[in-house]
Amino acid sequence: MSSNDGKKRVALALGACAFAGTLLYFVVGGIGNNLVYYWGPTEVLAAGPKAQGASIRLGGLVEAGSIKKGEGSNMSFTVTDGKKSLPVRCTSVPPQMFREGIGVVVEGTVARDGVFESHRLMVSHGNEYRAPNDPAAVNLKKLMESTEGLAPSDKK
Amino acid sequence: MTASIGRGLVLLSLLCASGGAVAAFAALSKKRADLTTIAVRAAYGFSLAMFLANLWMVAGLLRNDFSISYVAQVGSISLPTWVKVVSLWSSLEGSILFWGGVLAIYIAVATRSLTDAHGWAKPAAIGSWLVCATFFAFLIAGPAQPFGTVVDVPSDGPGPNPLLQNHVLMAIHPPFLYGGYVGMTIPFGIALAALITGRLSPTLLGTLRTSMLAPWTFLTVAVVLGGWWAYEVLGWGGYWAWDPVENASLLPWLTGTAAVHSAILTERRGVLKGWTLSLVIASFLLTILGTFMTRSGIFNSVHAFSQSEIGPTILAFLATATIASVLLLGIRVDLLKPDHELDRGASRDTAFLAQNLLFVLFTFTVLIGTVFPLIVEAVRKVQMSVGRPYFDRMTIPIGALILFVMGVGPALPWGSSSREELKRRLLPPMGLGFAFLAAALAYGIRTPWTLITLFFAGYTAWVTLFEALRPARTRMKFRTDGFLKALAQDLFGPGRRRMAAYVAHAGAVTAFIAIAVSSTSGRSLEQNLKQGESMTLGRYSLTFEGIEHAEEPNRTSVIARIGVKKDGRDLGALRPMMNQYATRRESIGTPDVRTGLVEDLYLSAMNIDEQTGTVGLLVLINPLVSWLWIATVIMAIGGLLALFSSARVGQAVEATRDLQPEPVR
Repeated sequence: MSSNDGKKRVALALGACAFAGTLLYFVVGGIGNNLVYYWGPTEVLAAGPKAQGASIRLGGLVEAGSIKKGEGSNMSFTVTDGKKSLPVRCTSVPPQMFREGIGVVVEGTVARDGVFESHRLMVSHGNEYRAPNDPAAVNLKKLMESTEGLAPSDKK
Repeated sequence: MTASIGRGLVLLSLLCASGGAVAAFAALSKKRADLTTIAVRAAYGFSLAMFLANLWMVAGLLRNDFSISYVAQVGSISLPTWVKVVSLWSSLEGSILFWGGVLAIYIAVATRSLTDAHGWAKPAAIGSWLVCATFFAFLIAGPAQPFGTVVDVPSDGPGPNPLLQNHVLMAIHPPFLYGGYVGMTIPFGIALAALITGRLSPTLLGTLRTSMLAPWTFLTVAVVLGGWWAYEVLGWGGYWAWDPVENASLLPWLTGTAAVHSAILTERRGVLKGWTLSLVIASFLLTILGTFMTRSGIFNSVHAFSQSEIGPTILAFLATATIASVLLLGIRVDLLKPDHELDRGASRDTAFLAQNLLFVLFTFTVLIGTVFPLIVEAVRKVQMSVGRPYFDRMTIPIGALILFVMGVGPALPWGSSSREELKRRLLPPMGLGFAFLAAALAYGIRTPWTLITLFFAGYTAWVTLFEALRPARTRMKFRTDGFLKALAQDLFGPGRRRMAAYVAHAGAVTAFIAIAVSSTSGRSLEQNLKQGESMTLGRYSLTFEGIEHAEEPNRTSVIARIGVKKDGRDLGALRPMMNQYATRRESIGTPDVRTGLVEDLYLSAMNIDEQTGTVGLLVLINPLVSWLWIATVIMAIGGLLALFSSARVGQAVEATRDLQPEPVR
């Protein structure tokens, strides 16, 4: 191999590295700013002010007696994981199965007043999923996985 | 008893595949042509046995034979016949069996297409295919066995997932997806054969191109059909959400598209041989990665991953195939010397290179966004996903650049050219670009990226049309042929391959326009309506007229009849509904879409309450969505034209070029 060839290779390698580096920088930065966290009320409360403005998928059960319908499609209720609970304001029209005690996933973020504001409400309706009698047994992962729109594995 | 016949067929196919693979590689290492013949027979044997196993399963589903474990799992007496047939691929075990069936067809056809002109690449390719076939036959025979024997035969089964029964697309989408996914095995085997034998002959390159075009065409349709299915069934109003399953189908399409293009450069210029092979190999590996992601349950839960028996097996296969390919590339790629230097400067060669880099960049962006949550979950045990804004922000600029290159590339001549020549070729198409831009502004579009995309789309549309018709126009001038006769020569004569490329490009431009406009210029509204109440969105006024009911053997439906008026003109009623399946607890909504060339009116019932007589309605106006479906048909036609031109015409092109004749073995 001539020295000219060698120089070319080094230049090519350097160029490739610079290209890859820039790409990685943009990609990682882009991902970091656009993460959606899958949290239960306990995790949201533990995150404190960090949760404000972050994209969150909040999973849990709708607490009994907490559903209050408002103007238009506005609605509020409380989501619980058995240990902690979090008030939710929701602007989306609830799906057919929505009722007290059912597993839900709401997408949105925590507002300044500590209420979870959501624009998207999904109800868990997996074949195996039953709202457990003991709310402490809520399995966030099972819940997320049995929720329509979140379980793309249904799709071939 | 019936289950054991199925098991026997699967075992027979496993035996043929593994034996054939051994024979093929023995033929290669000992240079014995008689062993190649045995490998060919074994390949046909695998295909036949695996195909029969699929037929046997379909027969079991049709006869409601619940003594077969898979039928007991997904079958049900009440199902319509078409649902019984498509149940073959509605659940994990059956879908892997179906994979084997598609692979059987591909391997049989591909084996037939190999001739003695392929030299020792023939046993090398057959051997590589049969190694893959062995793996899938093993998967079906072991971890994903669909032919288990049920001891206590149930009188009825649960039927497949209702989401899959909800639309006839479920019958069409998976075959196309599998046609794409599984078909990537064939070019992969040919790429390995080129590396193993250390040379990529023109004959082998032609086969590589053809074998790449078939799955590419299937995959193109499949990716969009998946989106169409989501649009027509899921009811959230869009067709693409960057969810992992969608990404899994897109990734091999991206590298496949890059490979189809770099193969042209390899064929014409004799350059980038290793790069083309790498792209082909990457396409195959991404199909396996996609299968792993969607079949192992990893995207729902890490638990499902460790419980699922086929996840680790597929992962092991993916790792083995990746390591083997990388090693082979590393050892052998230097043997594939370029025949020429790559042209630099403003030439079509450079545009091909840019196209390739952009597609690879696109692939990496989507790949990283898709697997990032998996890595984080594995390392930090935190569940998360990468949000849609990441994908939109990263891919929109790359997509716009791809569109730009698709316009500039074909406008540029091969090799270097003068400044005046460049001006003459590059400037006029801007006219249509500005026309598109003006139309978009008049329509009320203000999103910068949409405007940029539409400008590029106009530019590219001009170039595509101009280049597509150029040979015909030349002939009209010099031979005074009629326009149709001149055009027919391009479609049915030796110009077909060139025409095919521009047909595919025309489809792609249409798709770009449809995606850019529909994703940024739609409107939506969610509202609860009592019976008799109305709502308005844009020029539409919608009235909830009442609730209807429908009964089918496998489901009952509650339907909200919504009267639609546009500018006061009565357009009839749309009927979004909620379906209750006999065998399932939950009810599932089906949206109703009024499709139009300018815009779709999309109605989705979130809930229908019969006691209070209310419906929760999601209404969307989606502009130009139907053009995405039309664009896909055009692209697929382009793919088919290319596929059915390459065999004869590709060789004609070869004969005219100054290539070294292949040494006869």
